Amino acid sequence: MKTKKLSVKSKTENLSIIRDFIKSTTTEAGVASDVVENIILAVDEACTNIIKHAYKSSPDGEIIIKTKSTLSCFVVSITDYGKSFEPDTIPEPDLQKYYRQKRVGGLGMYLMKTLMDDVKYVSIPGKHNEVMLSKNIETAQSNAG
Amino acid sequence: MAEFNTSIKEQGAVSIINLKGYLDAHTAPILENNFVDLIDKNRFQIVVDFKELAYISSAGLGVFMAYIEKIRESNGDIKLAGMNTKVYNIFDLLGFPLLYEIFNSESEAVQKFTEKK
Repeated sequence: MKTKKLSVKSKTENLSIIRDFIKSTTTEAGVASDVVENIILAVDEACTNIIKHAYKSSPDGEIIIKTKSTLSCFVVSITDYGKSFEPDTIPEPDLQKYYRQKRVGGLGMYLMKTLMDDVKYVSIPGKHNEVMLSKNIETAQSNAG
Repeated sequence: MAEFNTSIKEQGAVSIINLKGYLDAHTAPILENNFVDLIDKNRFQIVVDFKELAYISSAGLGVFMAYIEKIRESNGDIKLAGMNTKVYNIFDLLGFPLLYEIFNSESEAVQKFTEKK
């Protein structure tokens, strides 16, 4: 198993550094290019949510991104020390409703769940929050089940 | 640093915003400002050309949602054009094709505005 780590401050300008990090770690792990794009977007959405909601756009928070890859799975875990988060309170997005309310909350979370195979949140209030994004990267021929 | 910029050109009553690069939570305010400026100038017929856009996240998608109602209330519209497959797929996942007209090319989108007259 290979692991890599990136630590950045909670600024939106760091999103491009985060995307570059995910691009290089997924590519190195042999992930197919269309799947690479999906993982990049899911991680961007997770980090954007952390910057905006956990750290409320304060630029001094820490975001730690770790990637792990095995032959069958690519996992990104993202840790922050901001406000804890109840993922179950975020409703499924409803564009018609957004259209009326002019708001778009929840789109990022919906994208994360759609683009990844598994999204797990662990929140220890007052300590840290962690989101784990997993993607099955088995090739078609080895994916018999 | 994510590279993103926009340029705006006028074609009669239609304003065309060209997007280039990476549209994320960091760069979305640039596009928001474009919409605010156009609305201030009462230019409500807007085509957004995605031909040179490499990447979009939900923060970028949110910009379109934020201004569409105001623009339609003023008898205008935001029409989208020239998306690559990757960008289109993200719009599609979120159901945007139900809310926005999406064209293959900028000229088709502009034509749609002019032919209504």
